[in-house]
This record gives sequence, C-alpha cells and structure tokens, in this order.
Amino acid sequence: MRTIGIMNRVLKELFRDKRTLALMFIAPILIMLLMSVIFNTNSSTDVSIGTVAVSHKLNKQMADIKHVTVKTYDTKTTAKKALKNEKIDAIVKKNGSNYSLTYANTDSTKTATVKMAFKNALTATSVNQLKSALKKSTQATVKLQAQLQAVQRQQAAAKTTSNAMMATKSTSQKTPKITNHYVYGDKDTGYFAKMLPILMGFFVFFFVFLISGMALLKERTSGTLDRLLATPVKRSSIVFGYMLSYGVLAILQTVLIVLVTVWMLGIEVVGNMLSVIVINLILALVALAFGILLSTFANSEFQMMQFIPLVIVPQIFFSGIIPLDSMAAWVKDISYIIPIKYAGDAVTDIIMRGTSIWQLGFDIGILLIFLVVLTVLNIVGLKRYRKV
Amino acid sequence: MGEPMIDLQHLAKDFGKQTVLKDINLTVNPGEIVGLIGPSGAGKSTVIKVTLGMEVTSGGSAKVFGTTMPNRELLGRIGYMAQTDALYDALSGQENLKFYGLMKGINRKEIDEQVAYVANVVDLTKDLNKRVSGYSGGMMRRLSLAIALLGKPDLLILDEPTVGIDPALRRQIWAELGRIRDEGRSILITTHVMDEAELCGRVALLLDGKVMAFDAPAILEQQYQVKTIEEVFLKAEGVE
Ligand SMILES: Nc1ncnc2c1ncn2[C@@H]1O[C@H](COP(=O)(O)OP(=O)(O)OP(=O)(O)O)[C@@H](O)[C@H]1O
Ligand SMILES: [Mg+2]
Repeated sequence: MRTIGIMNRVLKELFRDKRTLALMFIAPILIMLLMSVIFNTNSSTDVSIGTVAVSHKLNKQMADIKHVTVKTYDTKTTAKKALKNEKIDAIVKKNGSNYSLTYANTDSTKTATVKMAFKNALTATSVNQLKSALKKSTQATVKLQAQLQAVQRQQAAAKTTSNAMMATKSTSQKTPKITNHYVYGDKDTGYFAKMLPILMGFFVFFFVFLISGMALLKERTSGTLDRLLATPVKRSSIVFGYMLSYGVLAILQTVLIVLVTVWMLGIEVVGNMLSVIVINLILALVALAFGILLSTFANSEFQMMQFIPLVIVPQIFFSGIIPLDSMAAWVKDISYIIPIKYAGDAVTDIIMRGTSIWQLGFDIGILLIFLVVLTVLNIVGLKRYRKV
Repeated sequence: MGEPMIDLQHLAKDFGKQTVLKDINLTVNPGEIVGLIGPSGAGKSTVIKVTLGMEVTSGGSAKVFGTTMPNRELLGRIGYMAQTDALYDALSGQENLKFYGLMKGINRKEIDEQVAYVANVVDLTKDLNKRVSGYSGGMMRRLSLAIALLGKPDLLILDEPTVGIDPALRRQIWAELGRIRDEGRSILITTHVMDEAELCGRVALLLDGKVMAFDAPAILEQQYQVKTIEEVFLKAEGVE
C-alpha cells in the first residue's frame, strides 16, 4: 500500500522532470547511433551479391534494392573465385528450395546489408508468388503489396517495421531454409555487435545508478526523507517503492534500447527479447540499490558525481568490452565483482546465440545475490535516519 | 489530567564530542500547548528529533504516549513539522498532502476531506493545484504545517511553524492550534517569536543543554520579575 504510494510519487516526479527523462531515453540512442557509425565506418557501402541458380524474380528484387548490385554466375566455383577476388561480397546459391549464403564477412556492415537485402527480396518474392497463386481479391493483395514495397524501401535503409515482420510470418510456412556461411570469422564478427549487449547493460546501469542516487540524495538533503520516516512507513517500503518505480523506468529504457538496436541499427537478436528485458531489469535493480547505497556517502550532487570515475568507469573495463583473457589473473578476478559483466555475459548469450533464459541461471543468480545483499544493506542503512 | 503525552526524563544527547543536551526534563500533558524556547543552537530541534526517535538518546528516557521511543507505529499518531519544509517541489500542494496522508496511513476515503480541511486552515485552498516549486516561502511553510495537521494526530510537534507567515494568517493558525488543544490534543512547539510563547500553556526555556525554567508564562514572568516572556528570555540568557 505505502510501497505503491511511494512508487507513484517517484514516478510522478520522474515523468515531470523532462530533461532527465530525455537524458535517460535519448542519450543512449544518440550514443549508440554515434558508435555504430564510428565502429562500422563505411555503413552505406554498396554491396554486390553473386547469385548461383537463383530465380529471375529474386535476382531482380535484390537488384532493385538500393546499394545492391547482383551478378549472376553459372557455377559456385566461378562465384567463389569472384568472392575471393573481392569482386562480390557474398554468394547466394539455391539448393532445391533452400538457400545457402556465403559472406566474405571482412566488413560486418556489408554482411548485414546482404542479409537484410536477401531477406527482404525473399519476402517480397514469396508474397508475389502468393499473390499470383491466389489471384482472388486482387485489390486487397495489391494494397498489401504496395504497402510492402513502401516498407521494403525503408528496410533497404536499414529500417524495418512490424508490418513486414508480420508479412514474413504469414508466409513462413513457405519460407525456405537459409544457411549462412562465413569466409572470415562468424556471425558475431563486428566490434559494435559484440559491444552492444554490454553497452545496453551499461546504459541501464549508469542512468539508473545516477538518477536514483541523486533522487535519494535530494530526498535526504531536502528533509523529505526525515519527514517520511517520521510517519509510520516501513523502511523497506521506501526501498521497495523506489525499486518498483525505477524498475518500470528500466523496463521502458531497455525496451527502447532494444528496439533501436534492432530496428535502426539492424542488429539481429537471435534469442528472446523478453529475456533481454528481464536481465536488464535485474541489472537496473542492482544499479538502483547501488545508487541508493552510495548516495548515503555523498553530501551533494557533486559528490555523487564523484562516484562515476570511482564506480562506473572501472565497470566498463571489466565488463567484457575489453577482452579479459589477456589480462593478468588477479586483474581478471576483479571482474567477478562487476555486476555489468554478468548482465553483459547473459545478454550476449541471448542476443548472439539465442540462449534461453533458463540456461543462464548462473549469471542471473549472481545478479540476484548482488540485489539481495545491496537491498538488505539499504534497508538496514536507513536506520541512520530512524532507529526503527 | 492523565498520563503525559510526552515525557522526557534526564534526556541527554551528544553528537560526537559536542554535548548538546545534558539533562532535559519535559512533559506535555493532554490538552496542552508547550512552547520550547531558547537561543539558536540551544538544541530545540534536537529535543524534537530525539522525541520522535530520529536520533537515539545518549542517556535518559524519552516516552511518547507512555511508550519508549523509537516506536514506528506510534508515529501515525504524531503530526510532525520539521524546521525545513521537506516538500516534493515537482508535485503540487495537493499531491504532497495526499502523499504524506497516505504515508501516515489515512484512509483513502477520508483523505480528500482531510486535505480540503487542512488546506483551508492554512489558507492554501486556491493554490493546491500549483506545483510547490512555484510557491512562495510562506506558502511552503503553510503547506508543511498543513501536512503536520493531516489525520487529526493526538500530538503535534511543530518546529518553528510560523516562520515567514504573515500576522493575519499567524493568528488564524494559532486559533486552530487553540481548537486542537481544546479537543484534548497536545502540541509541542518551538518558536523564536515571544508573542507566541505567551500563548502557550507552559513554556520551557532551553539553555546550556538544560531546561532552565518550565512553567506557565505568567508564573515565569513573576519569577523573573519582568512583564514579558521576551524579557524572561533575555534575563535568563544574561543579556541586558
Ligand atoms: N546531526 C547533527 N550532527 C552534529 N551536530 C548536530 C546535529 N544536529 C544538531 N547538531 C548540533 O546540535 C546543536 C543544536 O542544534 P539544534 O538544531 O537542536 O538547535 P536549535 O535549538 O533547533 O536551533 P535553531 O533555533 O537555530 O533552530 C547545534 O550546535 C548543532 O550544531
Ligand atoms: Mg531548530
């Protein structure tokens, strides 16, 4: 009851602070866009795809997409030669009703572009086939197709919409199997793609830590905490009220970040997006508990900022963005007490390998231990302001 | 007269090396307004904080409603107004009142009626929907007082409630405090305004960590052979 009241109040305050809200939601997007541009330098490069034994329609569909040129080859051997000589960036070969794609993969952006182009072309062709097969209720189908083409144009610019996703699903029973091959590296190649899951956790951690810490600091310095504690409210209600409200915020932020990465940056999420959100939610709660705890050691906003180089920056080093394998053993050990590392590991598994959340018990367990310990510390810590 | 609402016996409090309270004996009876006066830094706010259980005693005992503090449940029967306003300035006056009302455990059904009542007492009805960040200093003080009045608590503990409030409104507030006293509820109030001290049933003069004098204003004036509490204060402090 009181917990809900505190949650409502904290949310109300948060949503009225437009600037902080903008910081939480727009800053991560800007930074990620910037990073994707920096790390994938030539992002609007043209790609050329070599095709072997692929239907005319599909060839044409692919060639119609911006930045894509199609070259047809008679045999796989000639196509492979072209790939090796860097004449083409990928080969699409049809085996029966299935497709086998081979990427040079020296530039992960190109690989992503080819993937996207092929997927879109395939979708468009199968919709076409569906249409000619049905030949009924033409009007509706034409409309759909027009929509799809509009959508498809957007997709070519590395965007996608749920319309197209739905269309893909509706024809999925006819969708042929696609196998991917990589000449260099694997599908995880691409620095940005590797960093992304960790980065996502970092944004959640950083903003929740800072904003919740500041909020509690303000509550303490303005005297509202004292006054709150002069009512019969339980200390735990205050901590849980904060957790609920920042949990809501973290969910919104994670959803936004995931959507941006998937739709604007075209990064593929192999696993379940819901799992990604769950992990980031737990991480956010850890960040919250951490922020509240550290805010008791700060007497001003400026002192709270001083925790950034002390607490936040080292987390980046040990989060896994920089490979830990090459570090000395004792340095490596430090990473075991870094919450972002566990969230990053878990989210990496989900996004890149499609691991189910149930197999990530270890990472989640450690995060939960962090959470429980910090929360208990906070509830006990509030005794400083009221003895019961 | 019944059991005292507040009963402080030989209360002591030190912050590290600094001893703020040495030996405080103070009672507040039902239906009584007790004024706590003393120079700035004498420890008036500290007495209040110890009484509420926000600070632990270094010695002696603090009982409220016959129970040794700190005690969480009892806080629901106390209306506390701190020396700082302690308001959420992103919220409107109304939202502040409702939030604190909820925290005090006031019924959802009664809360609107309560909010309207206390807002009327401090003359804030018109400005209830304004954000607190747009309030004047006096308006914030009044809102803070209104929060303390919420839920008709048996005991009000007010730390300088009338700072920055104009004379007409101050009168209105004291009239309300009088009504509260007449209902048998009690008030412990600190103030630097000696006119207000005259209105208290008993006045405690806090000096050097002790209660130097504690009696009805008229009796104190007699003891010190002066005409006003202000002169009592000055004489006790040794200022001529
Ligand atoms: N949390 C604290 N830590 C250390 N010292 C404190 C603390 N709170 C109060 N003090 C000290 O205790 C003394 C009394 O403070 P208190 O706030 O009770 O004074 P006061 O009588 O309310 O003064 P005023 O009339 O100015 O409000 C002061 O010297 C102050 O420095
Ligand atoms: Mg004071």
